[in-house]
Amino acid sequence: MPVSSGDTAWILISSALVMLMTPGLALFYGGMARRKNLLSTIMMSFAALGLIGILWVLYGYSLSFGSDNGGFIGGLNFVGLMGVGQEPSSVYASTVPHLAFMVFQGMFAIITVALITGAVVERIKFGALLIFSALWMTVVYCPIAHWVWSDGGWLANLGVLDFAGGAVVHINAGVSALALVMLLGRRRGFPEQPMEPNNIPMVVLGAGLLWFGWFGFNAGSSLASNGLAASAFVATNTAAAAAAFTWMVISWLYRRPSVLGTVTGAIAGLATITPAAGFVTPLAGIPIGMVAAIVCYYIMLLLKTKLGFDDSLDVFAVHGVGGILGMLATGIFATMAVNSAGADGLLAGNGVQFIKQLLGVVAVGAYAFVVTWILGKLVDVTVGLRVGQMEETVGLDLSQHGERAYGGLLR
Amino acid sequence: MKKIEAIIREEKLEAVKKALEENSYFGMTVSEVSGRGRQKGIPLQWRVGEYRVDLLPKIKIELVLLDEDVPVVIDAIVKTCRTGEIGDGKIFILPVENVVRVRTGDRDENAI
Repeated sequence: MPVSSGDTAWILISSALVMLMTPGLALFYGGMARRKNLLSTIMMSFAALGLIGILWVLYGYSLSFGSDNGGFIGGLNFVGLMGVGQEPSSVYASTVPHLAFMVFQGMFAIITVALITGAVVERIKFGALLIFSALWMTVVYCPIAHWVWSDGGWLANLGVLDFAGGAVVHINAGVSALALVMLLGRRRGFPEQPMEPNNIPMVVLGAGLLWFGWFGFNAGSSLASNGLAASAFVATNTAAAAAAFTWMVISWLYRRPSVLGTVTGAIAGLATITPAAGFVTPLAGIPIGMVAAIVCYYIMLLLKTKLGFDDSLDVFAVHGVGGILGMLATGIFATMAVNSAGADGLLAGNGVQFIKQLLGVVAVGAYAFVVTWILGKLVDVTVGLRVGQMEETVGLDLSQHGERAYGGLLR
Repeated sequence: MKKIEAIIREEKLEAVKKALEENSYFGMTVSEVSGRGRQKGIPLQWRVGEYRVDLLPKIKIELVLLDEDVPVVIDAIVKTCRTGEIGDGKIFILPVENVVRVRTGDRDENAI
């Protein structure tokens, strides 16, 4: 097929929107860290733009979308962007240059790696994180992206639906975060010492950039500038709105309408609508968003305050749980009236789709957990995952980066 | 000569400045401090649940006075800062050995 200028413009803009989510995430996470770890937290996300931005064009894209090997992983035929040029791919997004599809996918790999870091901030060694990230992209992200999205991937063949990455991005990052926290342990002083966010306005700015970028993430995943993109766009915004509002109400019932809670709700809603965005009606965003806020809220409460589990910035509770809910919601609300290339869900009389979605959740979650644990252990016994006691106490800004977020005494 | 260190509620600073000005005391050093007394702390919200902040933001005013001026100033601060609730603050009065005005080199009483 010839290149469509409209589709190409939309995919390139969407790629840029998704790129902006990573610095947005850096601010979102950074504002929640303590002041002495602000730069280090920002750097963990931003560094993914550098590291994964290289690895993706060298071999990541090929392992994800190269010619299929047993449904498990892509071949080496796109290594170094071999054969990935200005002409459309014959298989993927056939109206845009293959390079545009490749870079759009690359932005997803980058933010998925960055998402994990929220669980391990304030105590992981920066060098160890980089080694882990490179390994993780190679043996966790690329296979899972292949399973779900590539031509020949085994979950794709089974008919598991994941429009924009509920499994590939959010379950994957959330579950991997959980495994990494188990290896790394709690921050020194958690949970006895309160660890106050250093700058909530920064968190709000980051959440705003994430919400904005998410239109590229979800509506861009229609891979064309068409009605489906508009439908996914509206479903995305509706779910984010419903989840933000619901989280606000929950916090109000307990105490006061919390700003940090409201923006967290928005992100939970966005993560949850991600796999469903292009398969459900825009109005389905309302129940999906509301359930996302309620379930993520109570899981977070359980993990953090009852179990004392230090997933520091709640990557599992927001992205892991959101991704799982979204994959299951897709199995309930999906309708071929919205996307004829999709499937009908439970409400449209197709209960089998729900089972398929459940299978997708279990397969991705189990693989991500086990392999991440092995990788984390490997890095721990070789270079060590955790900074020393003094380095942690002083803060990672000084000990890992030799910089501080705010200048000295003289203004 | 005495030094007054008054820890007060943040929102009372303007009123104290005005009261001291009315009694012709202009010089002071003000800093933002954190501390706790009987007020102990306040609960704040995280994404879920609450945590307690046990060090609260306060304002510290420091000024150095002649001995005979101390009662008037103390009186003015207490009057403006007392709400009767826990957390009104404290005033410390310390002896001062020497004072030097940097611009002129004036000493002690002449430098206040």
